[in-house]
Amino acid sequence: MLKNRIIPCLDVKNGRVVKGINFVELKDAGDPVEQAKIYSEGGADEICFLDITASNENRETIIDIVRKTAKECFVPLTVGGGVRTIQNITDLLLAGADKVSINTAAVKDVSFVKEASKKFGSQCIVVAIDAKKVSDNKWEVFTHGGRNKTGIDAIEFAKQVETNGAGEILLTSMDRDGTKSGYDVKLLKVITDSTNIPVIASGGVGTLDHLYDGIVKGGASAVLAASIFHYGEYKIKEAKEYLNSKNVSVRL
Amino acid sequence: MNVTIVDYQSGNISSVINSFTEVAKGKVNIEVTSDIKKIKSSDKIVLPGQGSFKSCVDSLNSINGLVDTLKEFAIANKKPLLGICVGLQMFADVGYEEAETKGLGWISGKVSKIDNQKGKFKLPHIGWNEIEIQKESKIFKYIKNKSHMYFVHSYEFIPEDIAVISATTDYSSKIVCAVEKDNLFGTQFHPEKSDKMGLKIIENFMKI
Repeated sequence: MLKNRIIPCLDVKNGRVVKGINFVELKDAGDPVEQAKIYSEGGADEICFLDITASNENRETIIDIVRKTAKECFVPLTVGGGVRTIQNITDLLLAGADKVSINTAAVKDVSFVKEASKKFGSQCIVVAIDAKKVSDNKWEVFTHGGRNKTGIDAIEFAKQVETNGAGEILLTSMDRDGTKSGYDVKLLKVITDSTNIPVIASGGVGTLDHLYDGIVKGGASAVLAASIFHYGEYKIKEAKEYLNSKNVSVRL
Repeated sequence: MNVTIVDYQSGNISSVINSFTEVAKGKVNIEVTSDIKKIKSSDKIVLPGQGSFKSCVDSLNSINGLVDTLKEFAIANKKPLLGICVGLQMFADVGYEEAETKGLGWISGKVSKIDNQKGKFKLPHIGWNEIEIQKESKIFKYIKNKSHMYFVHSYEFIPEDIAVISATTDYSSKIVCAVEKDNLFGTQFHPEKSDKMGLKIIENFMKI
């Protein structure tokens, strides 16, 4: 039976791990390579790096981190942030990433997803959707770390990226991100119901119950969290044991 | 000993290189090449594969003499070869991803899309799943039944002769996830991404 994945996410800025509260006010908390290794040895099912400064700054830093991490971590490694061109993807994959996550570039032109999945295979193309609630049962896609409104309906966009060959969707609720009040389960549910590819839940985890909700109530195939693991509130193993005790199948 | 990872521009092979290098610990020479002379003189071959069945077969065929060299190595000379993911799928006679495409024909069978029961199961089949060992295999030494391995695929290899199946995994149906036929080994999952157990499989292959 396929297990639900727990994915710690490391937000990286200037080569250091940070985690923002609603993407602002960043705290510095460690070396990404070391962190990734600790997570991998602690049972993480996958590691995710999000380069939150990649949009404007030198990309070599993250590529170097990926290269070093990939030599020590033998679980899948996903890298996102500033992925705009086929060359960006090639560079990350050559450095040792297993998947790349595309956000703004996919919103700008969904055919980029098609081009990328055709060239590299759907298995390594994740589309990150940042969604914000605009009314009851309606969410809109935002870009640039939640700063830019696009007017695009999140549900429609999710279907579109699936059609264009995305292998997975990384769905972040901009309303919940950094709040520790739990995933936007309603958003998750509507996206997992309207698509046939795996959805990774993101944004808002504060307790282990939130992970449970994301999987059981939201229908997510994987749950991503940063701060609860990062500041040592919970270990990956504890999260897995907790989920297992509630009959959620995980890799122990 | 020389282990060659065949680099035929089939997508991302960095993880395969990293994990084999990790296991080799400098004692085994790991070559990454499509050079036919080097392939001929190596002791073992790893055939990775990412992307579609068709794109992988096309890439293999685009390198002059590569398919014949691999065939001579694995079929005529019976030296150990490990196919990973689409690398395994290409052992089949035919694949149906993108378009009907002729495979290498080393193990009779076909590669078809996983039946996801009308959307009841998500595709690709991504993540960690347990393998059920069906027969003893040299690459499963010290691997416990129901070990977790990492999968990413939407297509499955269906061999004609079930005797070649060394492990299956349970998803929308029982999916063949490892085969062994004489000196030919294949895994649908990615040992290079399957943590300690995956590295063990790689070590087992290197020790054959």
